[in-house]
Amino acid sequence: MTSELDIFVGNTTLIDEDVYRLWLDGYSVTDAVALRVRSGILEQTGATAAVLQSDTMDHYRTFHMLERLLHAPPKLLHQLIFQIPPSRQALLIERYYAFDEAFVREVLGKKLSKGTKKDLDDISTKTGITLKSCRRQFDNFKRVFKVVEEMRGSLVDNIQQHFLLSDRLARDYAAIVFFANNRFETGKKKLQYLSFGDFAFCAELMIQNWTLGAVGEAPIDLDSQMDDMDMDLDKEFLQDLKELKVLVADKDLLDLHKSLVCTALRGKLGVFSEMEANFKNLSRGLVNVAAKLTHNKDVRDLFVDLVEKFVEPCRSDHWPLSDVRFFLNQYSASVHSLDGFRHQALWDRYMGTLRGCLLRLYHD
Amino acid sequence: MPGKLKVKIVAGRHLPVMDRASDLTDAFVEVKFGNTTFKTDVYLKSLNPQWNSEWFKFEVDDEDLQDEPLQITVLDHDTYSANDAIGKVYIDIDPLLYSEAATVISGWFPIYDTIHGIRGEINVVVKVDLFNDLNRFRQSSCGVKFFCTTSIPKCYRAVIIHGFVEELVVNEDPEYQWIDRIRTPRASNEARQRLISLMSGELQRKIGLKVLEMRGNAVVGYLQCFDLEGESGLVVRAIGTACTLDKLSSPAAFLPACNSPSKEMKESPLVHPPSHGCRSTHNSPIHTATGSRLTQNFSVSVPTLIYTGMGSGSAGKEGGPFKALLRQQTQSALEQREFPFFTLTAFPPGFLVHVGGVVSARSVKLLDRIHNPAFVGIMGNTRSYKLLDWNSFNSDEPETRDAWWAEIRQEIKSHAKALGCHAVVGYSESTSICEEVCILSASGTAAVLNPRFLQDGTVEGCLEQRLEENLSTRCGFCHIPYDELNMPFPAHLTYCYNCRKQKVPDVLFTTIDLPTDATVIGKGCLIQARLCRLKKKAQAEANATAISNLLPFMEYEVHTQLMNKLKLKGMNALFGLRIQITVGENMLMGLASATGVYLAALPTPGGIQIAGKTPNDGSYEQHISHMQKKINDTIAKNKELYEINPPEISEEIIGSPIPEPRQRSRLLRSQSESSDEVTELDLSHGKKDAFVLEIDDTDAMEDVHSLLTDVPPPSGFYSCNTEIMPGINNWTSEIQMFTSVRVIRLSSLNLTNQALNKNFNDLCENLLKSLYFKLRSMIPCCLCHVNFTVSLPEDELIQVTVTAVAITFDKNQALQTTKTPVEKSLQRASTDNEELLQFPLELCSDSLPSHPFPPVKEHLESASSNSGIPAAQRATSVDYSSFADRCSSWIELIKLKAQTIRRGSIKTTVTVEKASPVGDGNFRNRSAPPCANSTVGVVKMTPLSFIPGAKITKYLGIINMFFIRETTSLREEGGVSGFLHAFIAEVFAMVRAHVAALGGNAVVSYIMKQCVFMENPNKNQAQCLINVSGDAVVFVRESDLEVVSSQQPTTNCQSSCTEGEVTT
Repeated sequence: MTSELDIFVGNTTLIDEDVYRLWLDGYSVTDAVALRVRSGILEQTGATAAVLQSDTMDHYRTFHMLERLLHAPPKLLHQLIFQIPPSRQALLIERYYAFDEAFVREVLGKKLSKGTKKDLDDISTKTGITLKSCRRQFDNFKRVFKVVEEMRGSLVDNIQQHFLLSDRLARDYAAIVFFANNRFETGKKKLQYLSFGDFAFCAELMIQNWTLGAVGEAPIDLDSQMDDMDMDLDKEFLQDLKELKVLVADKDLLDLHKSLVCTALRGKLGVFSEMEANFKNLSRGLVNVAAKLTHNKDVRDLFVDLVEKFVEPCRSDHWPLSDVRFFLNQYSASVHSLDGFRHQALWDRYMGTLRGCLLRLYHD
Repeated sequence: MPGKLKVKIVAGRHLPVMDRASDLTDAFVEVKFGNTTFKTDVYLKSLNPQWNSEWFKFEVDDEDLQDEPLQITVLDHDTYSANDAIGKVYIDIDPLLYSEAATVISGWFPIYDTIHGIRGEINVVVKVDLFNDLNRFRQSSCGVKFFCTTSIPKCYRAVIIHGFVEELVVNEDPEYQWIDRIRTPRASNEARQRLISLMSGELQRKIGLKVLEMRGNAVVGYLQCFDLEGESGLVVRAIGTACTLDKLSSPAAFLPACNSPSKEMKESPLVHPPSHGCRSTHNSPIHTATGSRLTQNFSVSVPTLIYTGMGSGSAGKEGGPFKALLRQQTQSALEQREFPFFTLTAFPPGFLVHVGGVVSARSVKLLDRIHNPAFVGIMGNTRSYKLLDWNSFNSDEPETRDAWWAEIRQEIKSHAKALGCHAVVGYSESTSICEEVCILSASGTAAVLNPRFLQDGTVEGCLEQRLEENLSTRCGFCHIPYDELNMPFPAHLTYCYNCRKQKVPDVLFTTIDLPTDATVIGKGCLIQARLCRLKKKAQAEANATAISNLLPFMEYEVHTQLMNKLKLKGMNALFGLRIQITVGENMLMGLASATGVYLAALPTPGGIQIAGKTPNDGSYEQHISHMQKKINDTIAKNKELYEINPPEISEEIIGSPIPEPRQRSRLLRSQSESSDEVTELDLSHGKKDAFVLEIDDTDAMEDVHSLLTDVPPPSGFYSCNTEIMPGINNWTSEIQMFTSVRVIRLSSLNLTNQALNKNFNDLCENLLKSLYFKLRSMIPCCLCHVNFTVSLPEDELIQVTVTAVAITFDKNQALQTTKTPVEKSLQRASTDNEELLQFPLELCSDSLPSHPFPPVKEHLESASSNSGIPAAQRATSVDYSSFADRCSSWIELIKLKAQTIRRGSIKTTVTVEKASPVGDGNFRNRSAPPCANSTVGVVKMTPLSFIPGAKITKYLGIINMFFIRETTSLREEGGVSGFLHAFIAEVFAMVRAHVAALGGNAVVSYIMKQCVFMENPNKNQAQCLINVSGDAVVFVRESDLEVVSSQQPTTNCQSSCTEGEVTT
């Protein structure tokens, strides 16, 4: 006796969260059944393995049918075929678009192209995440990217409207899209200690302050229409950043800056002497990073540079985080007292974001 | 020209990509009714076209309005080649034809294609202006209401219940026409869908005419089926019960039966004599099938069994003068009817007087091929084919089918007469067809009815009153209607355990629902008898003879199995009994489902005794006694499980009223003795008649084993095939209707009866187990209206389809509510006794009312409610709810956010022109956020006639839909399971869409009447036909009722959504 056909269709579509997770994690039906058996469900419910097999198959089939709709979540809300309560719809979408930390770290900042997709095999073996799950996550990134790529307006809002994600997840996707668009390097060994959260935090600050959308009601002329407001960095701003070079190029200005910072921080910093000794190096590093951002290559290396030029020197001198904060606050604030420096607004736009990023990046 | 149909095509969405080059579609719509077709403009390059058409107006006869469906075809415009069809929508406009139902059909309908399934949706508005036509000779029957519900619909009251109406129409099946060889599968499927739709319309209209002729205004318990007779044609037939219904003016006064059945009985206006002055019923014969022409047809009528209680009878006192009087009266009311049948399964209080037992009849027929060349000519491709007027064309065909059914009905009628009954209730008909052999079956419950509802004009007041008192006691229906001295079959009678003055059988089988006023002890349960019998492959007459020879044995064994299982459960009555015999190429399958209960009025069932054939073998004896012990344990366990603890009645009380207690019991047998297990009397086993199973060979052993293999549902689960579960009455509003289908392939090697039985049994049991597992999150819950259908699509395939509804109930409240009926019964019992003091014999029953629920039980119950749910499950469910909360709050948040964005920013409105990379270009600048206006209105579906925790405020009309789905890429669609899963989901979606468009929010009395599945994996093909029906309704939650006084249908999300889109 073999089962040729075995289906269950409810007027309200039944969603088993545990099975959904197994499906999302890319397990085959056989593996999923084995995992469910191990969870002790048979003992709890008194069911047989055959029942479990049939149940799992059924759910997998349902998910497979839903997957097409999940690719465009608003369709899931509009469609008539599956009657699913709103709370469950939200759950389906949220879980479908959720991603693994380990996976996202591998592809963050990479071009979401076919080439990267080919590397998924390696990522799968490296992270222990099934290839199927990797594919889903990659395709999600790519899909979201494609949809919002050419769209104007707030990146997070666009993602939220088109994919109905929670605020948290939409922000994460904004970061992923932003990183993919600007191709920030995140895979270097030096950067391995950083989590996705760290990058997402930086991405948010950068979107808020360094993009075209950040300027507010941007003037709509022919040139700027080509840019995506939230995804591309403000080119003009990057050009202007060259002006900051004066802070390290002009020796007087650099000395004055140093003395202002030192005066303010004397006795307040545990690592004062180290700071004093390193000030010029650090300042040169930070300002040079800014000045180089006109080149795409250097934009990509932003995080590598920040870690090399600032995080690592401080860390080798064992600066506590609180001292880093004191220093950065004072370092950016003191510039306002430099009479010869005219780009205060530019400096604030740059340093405000950079300070936030550096503080987040500064950990072990 | 008495009607104007107006149709407006508003918009489409989610259309499929028809032009690969642009990834877009140039869609337009054809609207067709009868022979008139209108077209919309082509909406270029969009998957979400906004046609916003003018009103297309069709001026038509109301006859056509009833018969024809509105046909909407969505096409992709192609300049150079033929336009490609995207899909179709058929809209039955019947609900718009009666005044109280829907006034407009408006909403999103799935666009359906028989090859590709649902492909997008279309927004349509349909209205009908109907002019009153006073023509007496009209052929239409607009205004007659149809209900699938097999009881008086909740917001109506029955003034008169007229009786049985039936009709059938026959046509050639388009699938078997010569033209099918040259047309595409799609065209063939669409021809079939359209034809059945047309035939259903015609059938309904004809039935309506009969109802009008009877002066009724509604058909209740309308059941329409189609028989795919293959080459010999397609039969669409329907039966129903004609009634005169009155709409209740204030429905609020009427409480749903589910919550407080006893209360309803009191408040029901039906108890009062009808105030509505209707003129006298004229009982013209419903259908005259005179001069049956059966000569050319081979036909075998099968000897029929009459199920009732068994056991030997004893002489007793006549039931009193009322019975005779009543009988006389009813007789006069029913005599004039050809078939005093009622398709109802639940009745107004007082309607049902006595129940005799189940009557059934079967007949094996050979189908003839229609040779009619004239017929093919009209079935042209272009013009719509009108149904043939068979009377002028080929008068033999429908007459033959009519005669077949008439013959069977006649048999049923005579069976009922033999049981001393004048009427048959819970009546239904079915067929099973395999190649050219067809088994026609009919079954029902013989009953004596209260004539008051059958005719109008009030009977003399005093008699009425007394009848009322006498008959409305809760045990009345159990009392035997037949004469004890002249019993139609051997039966074991005792005095009623409730009133003590009338005789009752020891076991009662019925096809109806449990009357709401019946006293039941404990809970009920689903009982199934399953049986397979191999049959040699044969042709024509030989085959029919073989089948008809097998049938009596199958009936007998099914009956024995039911009886054994009933006893094993410690129960004494079956309700909702449905026996299905399915014929296949090389086997016959029998599946009987019923709900077992313990009726307080009937005696406690005896146990089951096992007797061995070879008494002197020691080990054998031991084995037997071991089995016996197992059986006894099972009975005890079941009694505990179903909370059956009837009041202990001391022996004198039982003993005294029965003058001559004879314990001989015999199971009613069919003609043959060849059965494996023989039931014999066993005098040694106490006074209660025990059921003896004699084991004389391995077969019998198997049978006993199979008795014991039926596992009870896991704790927290109950199941029944009736409307509501006896013993549970605190339903919560959570319901889940589902359909589950399984097909197994038998290995052809070991096809013995035993192996077959085991396979079939396992199939059903595993299916139930799967259901319990799937629905475990609903615990405590009950599967209601469990409806199994068996079919044998091929030689080695068995298909079982189950449709049921799972309803959760509140375990804690159960304690309080179960007590109330007991209190009530105590009250009632005492009043009854006061009134009936004139009968000295009854005095001894004063001591009867004792608590059926001893206090100990409460502890038991509360304990089980604690332990009922495994801890892990509870944990997960809690987890989920919190997550769900979070999710829904996200959705809220998104809504809020999106709204603020819209207000605040100019940015988003700039890119209106730019095409979006997503399919939904207009999402972005849609005025409201997607979730706010998109949530598709929830439509509940249930096979029950009510919705727990809610009140039905309006019936919008009958839903009767027929779909065909075919695929030539079976593997790509996920194999047979993927294919059928998607199709059933689509059928549900289309039913829901139609209900929503009518302004409703639920389908009650939903039934999947047919699910014919055929596959050809080698060719990568499959085809499936599904026929569903139900009543579209508007319901209001009881909790909302206090707030919203007027009946306001739930906001039709779709229509509001449309408006939004139109304005942007």
